[in-house]
Amino acid sequence: MQCSDPDPVEQKKTTDTNLEKVITIRNLYKAFGNFEVLKDVNLDLYKGENLVVLGKSGTGKSVLIKILVGLLTCDSGEVIVLKKHVDHITYKELLELRLKVGFSFQNSALYDSMTVAENLKFPLVRNQRKLGKAEVNRSVEEVLDAVGLLATLNQMPSELSGGQRKRVGIARTLILQPEIMLYDEPTAGLDPITCEDINSLINEVQERYHTSSIIITHDLTCAKAVGNRVAILLDGKFERQGTFEEVFNTDDDRVKPFYDYNFIQ
Amino acid sequence: MERKANTSIVLKANVKGPGKFTRVFLTLYDVFEFVARFFREAFLPPYEGKELVRQCFDIGYRSLLLISTTGFITGMVFTKQSRPSLAEFGATSWLPSLVAIALLRTLAPLLTSLIAAGKVGSSIGAELGSMRVTEQIDAMEVSATNPFKFLVTTRVLASTITIPILTFYTALVGMLGALLNVYISEGTSAVAFFQTSLESITFLDIIASTVKAVIFGFTIGIVGCYQGYNSSKGTEGVGKAANSSVVIGMFLIFIEEVISVQFFAMFRS
Ligand SMILES: Nc1ncnc2c1ncn2[C@@H]1O[C@H](COP(=O)(O)OP(=O)(O)OP(=O)(O)O)[C@@H](O)[C@H]1O
Ligand SMILES: [Mg+2]
Repeated sequence: MQCSDPDPVEQKKTTDTNLEKVITIRNLYKAFGNFEVLKDVNLDLYKGENLVVLGKSGTGKSVLIKILVGLLTCDSGEVIVLKKHVDHITYKELLELRLKVGFSFQNSALYDSMTVAENLKFPLVRNQRKLGKAEVNRSVEEVLDAVGLLATLNQMPSELSGGQRKRVGIARTLILQPEIMLYDEPTAGLDPITCEDINSLINEVQERYHTSSIIITHDLTCAKAVGNRVAILLDGKFERQGTFEEVFNTDDDRVKPFYDYNFIQ
Repeated sequence: MERKANTSIVLKANVKGPGKFTRVFLTLYDVFEFVARFFREAFLPPYEGKELVRQCFDIGYRSLLLISTTGFITGMVFTKQSRPSLAEFGATSWLPSLVAIALLRTLAPLLTSLIAAGKVGSSIGAELGSMRVTEQIDAMEVSATNPFKFLVTTRVLASTITIPILTFYTALVGMLGALLNVYISEGTSAVAFFQTSLESITFLDIIASTVKAVIFGFTIGIVGCYQGYNSSKGTEGVGKAANSSVVIGMFLIFIEEVISVQFFAMFRS
């Protein structure tokens, strides 16, 4: 299959693999009961790169990144995030680690009893107790501005659209200035124009905050626009990873449909 | 959707492992741990003072109207119904004392907490349940904040503080209902009414009611929070959490009432 490009999205520069690794996953295994989700996952995230993780619904992409922040525990294998073994750290160390890892949820998970501003303040005031009111407000406005939603400051999450909620969710993680960002399907269920906005937001975050990111998506346009590298989760393993071309230059029946669906009219 | 169905089958198959007996103990242990964690988190800083105050007002505000009406009507009806029995002995002048004791010792604490179990318990269960389902609790967790402290300790403390206050409020409103009734029937003045009724109330009655109300309030809070916080994923989990908060809450309140009546009777003889 050739990757002649029917859409104008520009391919990003691929990662220099001599860089420092911020996440290392080795032989990760995770099952729920008898149901094996992740069988043998090996993956690296390099400093400053955007890694796109593709995969069919239900293959365990969300499970994988939840393991990275200790929301779920793995059954065996090694997970190292910012030089810490996530499985073998104390709760206090885990909290410190979570401060450095931003997690944007698939469904945004905004606190719906609080306004947008309170949503953003919530993690900030609890983690940096010395900040004054003015500083907190300034940070809130700064990140909201970065996601282009300054006008929604005093709105409730229920008054926002899906795309706005996604962006507020991203802002809420950015406010802690994480070193790593994990985006769970940032563009799912959004129209193409909003998708483009989110894609450029992800790229902007990468440049502005110098984050390393894992972006989970089904959307190849998004993958191409934001990813330095692509990995595709098939049957609980990352069998194919590399540049966009490397991953999709195959006749594998499990991979082709992704490409065909997105790019072939 | 298919994916969810899939999981639940797997989960059920998995849970079959331990027997019923073991499962009951596992649940009890889980509850015990939850309560222990509450005490740990409640006394260790940082405190969520602002949220606590907000929750207290919320609980009071949510149940005030219902409690006022129920308390007033109960006081009035109870007085009316008790009159004939007392009249047989020509003892209608004891009516204020009887009502005061009945209200303070049992009616007010029980009424207040049963109403609160319905109104407050269910809404705590539903609120935390939906936060669990929509991953808001996970979101707090990954942003290195402490959802247990923010959500659970504040709510449990708030209901433990607020229910006793509401209990005395119910007793007062009930007394007003009783006053209305005796005023209409016997023309007793308010001053005389409150003088007789207050004379019959002992210090022990007040202590006993307070202790009971504190226990009931704690029960309502902890049951609602436990059900909501550990709600199963999926929309039906929210409904289940709200429902079982009420059912379990009321059941425990009755058991605690029976035990506390026995307990305080030891001091009365
Ligand atoms: N807490 C859990 N308990 C039991 N099973 C779970 C749990 N979380 C996820 N699973 C199961 O693990 C599998 C992978 O779930 P996951 O949410 O990671 O999928 P996904 O790849 O993110 O899919 P999607 O693209 O639809 O979000 C699913 O079959 C799901 O049912
Ligand atoms: Mg997912």
